[in-house]
Amino acid sequence: MQIKSRIVNKTLYVLLSGELDEYTAQGVRKNLDTLFDTEKGFVQIVMDLSELTFMDSTGVGVLIGRYKKMREYNKPIFITNPSRNAERIFKMSGLYEIMPKIV
Amino acid sequence: MNNSMEIKFKAIAENEAFARNVVASFILPLNPSLSELSDIKTAVNEAITNVIVHAYPDKVGYVNMKISTIGNKVKISISDNGVGIQDIERALTPFYTSKPDEERSGMGFTVMESFMDKLEVKNHNGLMVNMEKEIEQSVVGI
Repeated sequence: MQIKSRIVNKTLYVLLSGELDEYTAQGVRKNLDTLFDTEKGFVQIVMDLSELTFMDSTGVGVLIGRYKKMREYNKPIFITNPSRNAERIFKMSGLYEIMPKIV
Repeated sequence: MNNSMEIKFKAIAENEAFARNVVASFILPLNPSLSELSDIKTAVNEAITNVIVHAYPDKVGYVNMKISTIGNKVKISISDNGVGIQDIERALTPFYTSKPDEERSGMGFTVMESFMDKLEVKNHNGLMVNMEKEIEQSVVGI
């Protein structure tokens, strides 16, 4: 799993590339938390999943964990470009109610 | 043609990608669509994650995976020799997780149920998850 990020207009864009499963989840959690803690000057986050080639419900747990963390700082997280399967899992789990999808 | 295979591997997270890719390779002759392939890989991974996370609390055990293709139907059985599930009905409830502190969504069985045509979960010297999915036959017109 690779994580790339950039800040544009006070929005932290995070691009997740690769496969998010039980094996990679722990590293993704840790790297996202470090990124959110060290980057400065952003007020919201957009998670771009266009390069996520595999994800199961483990991904929902990872995202909800980050949501809870960033809620304390009042920084909303948005999802963009999910795969068809990720989209189905997000809809099933109600994730979009707390992390809305943007186009 | 009908076909079948069986493998046994350690219930560790490192093996997830290997296992889901084995399933995908094995069913390729059925000519599944990318969506069908993706559905099956996701469901298989959910079942294997359950074994890794829940089946063996005090040791590293094994996952048994059997796949058979009968006509255009894929049957997958994922089992372990672990602790099983006391209340299966409860475990099948969406959002139920026995490990709420670990950022788990409790959606595993719900995903398997939605992505496959059939799901059966039973205790059998551990836990056994049986799943089925029919691969749609693409018709090439002239």
